[in-house]
Amino acid sequence: MISALFLMNGKGEVLISRIYRDDISRGVANAFRLEVIGSKETRSPVKLIGSTSFMYIKVGGIYIVGVSRQNVNACMVFEVLHQLVDIFKSYFDTLDEDAIKNNFVLVYELLDEILDFGYPQNCSTDVLKLYITQGQGKLKSLDKLKQDKISKITIQATGTTPWRTPDIKHKKNELYIDVIESVNLLMSAEGNILRADVSGQVMMKCYLSGMPECKFGMNDKIIMDKEKGSVPARSQRRTNGIEIDDITFHQCVRLGKFDTDRTISFIPPDGEFELMRYRTTEHINLPFKVIPIVREMGRTRLECSVTVKSNFSSKMFGSNVKIIIPTPKNTAVCKIVVAAGKAKYMPEQDGIIWRIKRFPGDTEFTLRAEVELMASVNLDKKTWSRPPISMEFQVTMFTASGFHVRFLKVVEKSNYTPIKWVRYLTKAGTYQNRI
Amino acid sequence: MSDSKYFQTTKKGEIHELKEELLSQREDKKKEAVKKVIAAMTVGKDVSMLFTHVLNCMQTHNLELKKLVYLYVMNYAKNHPDRAILAVNTFQKDATDPNPLIRALAVRTMGCIRVDNITEHLCEPLRHALKDQDPYVRKTAAVCVAKLYDVNPELVENQGFLNILNDMLGDSNPMVVANAVAALTEIDEVSKTEVFRIHSGNLNKLLAALNECTEWGQVFILNSLCKYTPRDSQEAENVCERVAPRLQHANSAVVLSAVKVLMKYLNSIPNGDSVRTFCKKMAPPLVTLLSKEPEIQFLGLRNINLIVQRRPEILQYEMKVFFCKYNDPIYVKMEKLEIMIMLANEKNIDEVLLEFKEYATEIDVEFVRKAVRAIGRCAIKIDRASERCIQVLLDLIQTKVNYVVQEAIIVIKDIFRKYPNKYEGIIATLCANLESLDEPEAKASMIWIIGEYAERIDNAHELLNSFLEGFKDENSQVQLQLLTAIVKLFLKRPKDAQQMVQTVLNLSTQESDNPDLRDRGFVYWRLLSTDFEAAKAVVLSEKPLITDTTSQLDESLLNELIMNISTLASVYHKPPETFVAKLKGIKRGMRKEEEDEEEPDYVDDDNNGPSPNQGYAGQQQQNNQQYGQQQQQQRSGNLIDLDLSDLGSALPQQSNNPYASPQQQQYNNSNDLGFLGGGGNNNVRSPVQKSVIFGGDKSQSIQIAGAFSRANNRVSLELTLSNNSQQQMARFKIQFYQNSFGISPIDPILNCPPIEPGQTIEVSIPIQCANAAFTQPFNPVIDMAMMVLPSQEKFYFKMNFPFNCLFTENGRLERDSYLAMWRSIPETNERQKEIQIRLNQFDPASLLAKLNQKNLFEIVRKSNNGQEISFLSCKTENSIYILVELTFSQNSRVCKAISKSTAPEVMPIFEHTLDNLINNA
Repeated sequence: MISALFLMNGKGEVLISRIYRDDISRGVANAFRLEVIGSKETRSPVKLIGSTSFMYIKVGGIYIVGVSRQNVNACMVFEVLHQLVDIFKSYFDTLDEDAIKNNFVLVYELLDEILDFGYPQNCSTDVLKLYITQGQGKLKSLDKLKQDKISKITIQATGTTPWRTPDIKHKKNELYIDVIESVNLLMSAEGNILRADVSGQVMMKCYLSGMPECKFGMNDKIIMDKEKGSVPARSQRRTNGIEIDDITFHQCVRLGKFDTDRTISFIPPDGEFELMRYRTTEHINLPFKVIPIVREMGRTRLECSVTVKSNFSSKMFGSNVKIIIPTPKNTAVCKIVVAAGKAKYMPEQDGIIWRIKRFPGDTEFTLRAEVELMASVNLDKKTWSRPPISMEFQVTMFTASGFHVRFLKVVEKSNYTPIKWVRYLTKAGTYQNRI
Repeated sequence: MSDSKYFQTTKKGEIHELKEELLSQREDKKKEAVKKVIAAMTVGKDVSMLFTHVLNCMQTHNLELKKLVYLYVMNYAKNHPDRAILAVNTFQKDATDPNPLIRALAVRTMGCIRVDNITEHLCEPLRHALKDQDPYVRKTAAVCVAKLYDVNPELVENQGFLNILNDMLGDSNPMVVANAVAALTEIDEVSKTEVFRIHSGNLNKLLAALNECTEWGQVFILNSLCKYTPRDSQEAENVCERVAPRLQHANSAVVLSAVKVLMKYLNSIPNGDSVRTFCKKMAPPLVTLLSKEPEIQFLGLRNINLIVQRRPEILQYEMKVFFCKYNDPIYVKMEKLEIMIMLANEKNIDEVLLEFKEYATEIDVEFVRKAVRAIGRCAIKIDRASERCIQVLLDLIQTKVNYVVQEAIIVIKDIFRKYPNKYEGIIATLCANLESLDEPEAKASMIWIIGEYAERIDNAHELLNSFLEGFKDENSQVQLQLLTAIVKLFLKRPKDAQQMVQTVLNLSTQESDNPDLRDRGFVYWRLLSTDFEAAKAVVLSEKPLITDTTSQLDESLLNELIMNISTLASVYHKPPETFVAKLKGIKRGMRKEEEDEEEPDYVDDDNNGPSPNQGYAGQQQQNNQQYGQQQQQQRSGNLIDLDLSDLGSALPQQSNNPYASPQQQQYNNSNDLGFLGGGGNNNVRSPVQKSVIFGGDKSQSIQIAGAFSRANNRVSLELTLSNNSQQQMARFKIQFYQNSFGISPIDPILNCPPIEPGQTIEVSIPIQCANAAFTQPFNPVIDMAMMVLPSQEKFYFKMNFPFNCLFTENGRLERDSYLAMWRSIPETNERQKEIQIRLNQFDPASLLAKLNQKNLFEIVRKSNNGQEISFLSCKTENSIYILVELTFSQNSRVCKAISKSTAPEVMPIFEHTLDNLINNA
C-alpha cells in the first residue's frame, strides 16, 4: 500500500510529508528530488529507485508523490493522487505552494482521513466537509455538534450513500444538466480522417431536497431498443439513437441495474458532480473542417493557405475559435491576410494564431500567409517536423455525437416537481490536422 | 487567516518560547504553539525535545488540538518510547469517548505508534473497537489490526484478532467489510500460515458488499477475488457476471481490478461464447482509459500490453485509438507504439505504416528511432507487408536525417535476414549513405549486409577496405562484424580479398586485446588454412529464420503479471519479488534460482549511467528494458554472428559471454599497468586508513588512495589525490559501475580545488545509499573510473566496499522485537559459520564493544558452561535486518556465528564482513 505521501514544490522541497508506514523514512524524498525533479526529462510517471516506487503527478507547480515499497495497486495510487487534487481545490480553491502552506494543518487532517495505513478510505469532499472543518469559520466546530449528529456523520461516511446526507433542504428544487462534449480529431494531410471520437461528460448541479431517486434517459441506441421491448432491433433502425462505445458512471449510479436493464438510476450528491462520461466513435458531426495547404518554397519561404469551414446549422455559431498554424523555428516575417477575425504570428508559440470570436454556421473563412524564413544559421540538416495545425472552439447547443437528454425523472417522498435545465456544449479536445 | 505564518519563526530561542506557550493555560495559545511545532516538523526541523510538553496538551476536548497532538506523537514516539507510555492513559480514555470520531482517532493513532510497550496497551481498546457499535470505529479498527500485525505478528495471532477480522467479512456495513478484506489480504501476504481463505461461504458476502461499498472498497474486494479459484465453470461465470458491471465505474482502479478478475476467471470457463461475451465487454472500458489523465493512460497501456499478449482478440479492431497524438507525453507515445506493433496485421498495415512514417519526422529522437524500428518489426511480423515497409524505410533514408538513416539500416539488416535474396536491389541506396554512419550498431549492420551480399556488390572490397582502415578505433561489435564480413568476401571472391583477409586476421589475432575477437580470428584462420571448402560450408551456411519476439513475455511471467494487473508489477513488467523486499519467505526461495541466472548487466563504458535511449519508465523497468535489449542484441548479434555459432561446440556462445564486454577489457588492461587493490578481500580496514588504489608505483600521472567510511549517518568515500603530472588537474569526475550494493556517488563531480603538479589533496565524496539494492551474485568489489578534466584522461580502479558501512545507526532492536523477528524468519534462511579469530589477544567484551561502534549492536549476552553467547542485530540502509548469534568458547580461537536475515541474499557478504570486522577490529 501507499507508504507515504509527499507534497513538494518545483525545487523538490518538501511542503508536506505524511508517512503512513514504517518501511520508509522522510529521506526518500531526497532520492526523488535527485532522480526525478533533478533529471532533465521525465520518461515515466512511475519511478523505481532501489526498491522504493515513486508515483507522481504535477499540478500547479506542485509534485504530489505517492511512495510505496510494496507491489501496490498503481492505478489506485494515481486515482488517489488525482482525487487529492480535487479535494484540495474544493477546500482552498487553488492548489499551489502558498495554498498548501497556508492550510498545512488542514492538509494533515485531510491526509489523515483520506488514507489510513496507506489504504484509501474516503475521498468524497461532501463527506469530508462534514467533519473536517479546520479554518472554515462558517462551519460549526465539531465539538459543539450533538451526539446524534456525529453518529449520523459516521454512518454516512461508511454507509452505502456516503455522498449524500438525508436531511438536505432547498427552497427551490432545481436541477441543471450540462452535456459537454470534447471532439478529438486527427486528420491526415490528404484530408482523410485518421481518428475522430467524442468524449462527453454529463455534469449535474443538483439542488434537491431529501433523498431523491433519479432516473436518467438519453438517446443511446441500445437503451432505446431495450425500451421498445420485444420489437426486434432491426425494424427499429429508424430511431435516432446514437451508438455509445463506452460509459463510465459516478459512484452513485447503480451499476448492477445498468448492467441488467440499462437504466441509469441513482441518488445524486448535493451540488455539482459528474454523472457520467461516455465515448463515441461512430457518425460524428465534425463542427469544423480545415483544409490546409502549406508549401515550402525553397529554403527561405513558406506559403500557407488555410480554409476553415463550419459544418453546423447557420442558426448556431462557434465562439472563441482559435486556429494555431505552426511555422518553422526560424520564421522571420509573416504576411497574413484573413477574411475574418485576427491573425498574428507568435514567435513564442512558433506559429500563427488566428482567432475568430464568433464563427457563424455553414460558412467558410480562409487565411493566407507568406512566411519568410531566416537563412538557417546552424547547418542543421534536420528538416522542419511539420507539426499539425490545431484548433480550439466552442459551439453551444450542439453535440458532435448527436447525444441528447431524453428525460430525467425525480421521485421523492415529498413529491415536489423540480425545475430542470439542460445545456449542450461541444468544444475541441485535440483537434488536429496534419500538414 | 493563513497558517503560513507558523513557518516564519526561525529566530533563536524559539524552542524555549514554544515550551512556555505549550504550558499556557489558554487553549487557543496552546493550539497556536502546537501548530508552530507541527510547522517546524513539516520543514524537517527536529522538535522531538518538546515531546513531554506537547504530550501535556493531549488531554483536551478540542478536537482540532487533539488531532495535532496525535500527529506529533505519531512522528516522535519512536524516539521517546519511554515517554510515549505517558500518552497511553489518554489514548485509552479517548478510546472510550462517547464521540465515535474520537474513539476512532485514538485507535487509529495508537496503531501508528510502533513502540512495543504501547502496542501491549493497544490490545484491549482494539478488541472493543472491533466490536464497536459505530461502523466508523469498526472500519478503523480493522485497519488497525494490520498495523499491529506489522509490529508484532504473534500478538495479533495470540489475541485472536485474525478470527475477529474474518468474522467481520459478514459485517452489515460494506466499508467495514472492505477494510477487513484489505487488512486480511495484506496480512496473508506476509504471514506464513494462510489467514485469509475465500471459500464459497464468504464469496457471496464479498460479492454482495462489492455492490455497496466505496470505490476503494471495491478495489480491495476485487483484488481479493483473484486469490480464489472457482470450483467449476458455473461458479466462474457467476462471479464474472457479478463483476462485469464494475467495468463501467468512473474510477480506473476499479475498472482495471475488474479486468484482472475477469482475466483470471475466464480461464475456468470452457464455453467459447461466454468468454467472447466477457471479452467484448472488456474492450470499451480499456479504450476509455486512454481518455483519462496521462499517468492513467500510461498505466492502462502497460496493462493493455499484457492483456493483448494473452487475449489478442479483445482489442483486435481498436487500432485507431492507439494512434499517437502530437502532444501526448512521450511515455504514452512509446507505449502506444508498442501496442500498435502488436495489433498490426495485414488488413491495417497500410494505415499503420503511414502513422509510423509520420512519427519518424517528429522531434523526440528516441521516439523517432522506435518508430523506425517499428516499421522493421512489422516487416518481419507480416510477410505480405514487407515490400511496403521497405518502401517506407527507403523514403525515410531519403530524408538524410542521420539517426533515422542509421536506425533504418539496422532494421533493414533484420529484414534481409527474414527475406533473403528478395530486396537486394536497395543495397545501392544503402551504400550511398555509408559515410553518415557513426553508431556501432548501424555500422555493424551495414558491414553485415555488405559481407552477406559481397558477390553482388561490385565494390564490396573497396567498401570493406574503407572500414578496415579505422579498424583499431572501432567498437568491438563493428570489429567482429568486419572480420566476419571480410572472411565472407574472401570465400566468395578470393582474388579481391586476399590482402584484406590477411590484414584483418593479423589485426584481430595479434593486435587486439579483445578475447572474443582474437578467438574468432583464430578460428577463421585455422578454418581457412585447413580446408577452404569446409570453411565455405560453415561460414556461408544457410541461416535459420528469425521472428519478432521483442515484446513477447515468457509464458509463465505473463501469467504472473496478468494476476498483477493494475499493480506496479504490471508497470515494470517484472514479478513483484524482484522489486519488493518484504514478501513471503517461501516465495523468495523459489524465485532465487531464476534471479541467479540473470547476468549482471554492465553499464556501458561511454555513458555515465544508463544510456539515454533506454530509460523511460523507471529504473527497474529500464533494467528490464535493458535486459530485453540485451536479449535482442544477443539475438541480432547471433544473427550477424551466425556463421560463428554454426561452429557449434567449438566456440560455445562466445558473443554472449558477459566477461567479454569492453569494460572488463579495460580492467584487464589496467591490470597490466600494475594497479593495486585487486589483492583479495582482506582490504577492509578501519575507515581512516586509506590504501593506495591507483598509481601505486608513481608511474601514473595521478595517485589515488582511498577508503570508504561511515560517520554521522552518512557514507562517504575518502580519497587522497596526488598529482604526479606536470600540469594542473582541474576537475574530477568519478563514476561507479554497477555494483552489488547499488550505491553511487551523490554528485559525480568532485567538490575539490584544482590540484597543482606535485600537490596532494583530500576529498570526501558523499555516497548515495538511500536506494541501496543488493544484486546477485554478491561481489564486494566496486569498479570505478575517474575522469580528469580537462585532459579527459580516464583511470580505472576498483575498491572493496565494506558492507558494514551500510549498517545504520538505528539498527538496534529491542529484545522482544529481536526475538519476534528471529522467530519470524524461516529456518531456511539461517546460516552458520565458524570464524577463526586471528587476533593475537582478544576478549569477547571489548570485541563486541568494537562491533557496536560499527553499528552491529549487541542486544543481550548470556554466559553458560564457559561459553559466551551474544545476540546482535544490525539494519542496512535499505531496511534489511540481520540478526546474528555469536558463540565464544573459552580457550578456543573459533567463534561460531549463526545468522538470519529478512533477505537471505545478503548473508554471504555479511559473514564475510563479520569475519573482517572481528579480525580487524
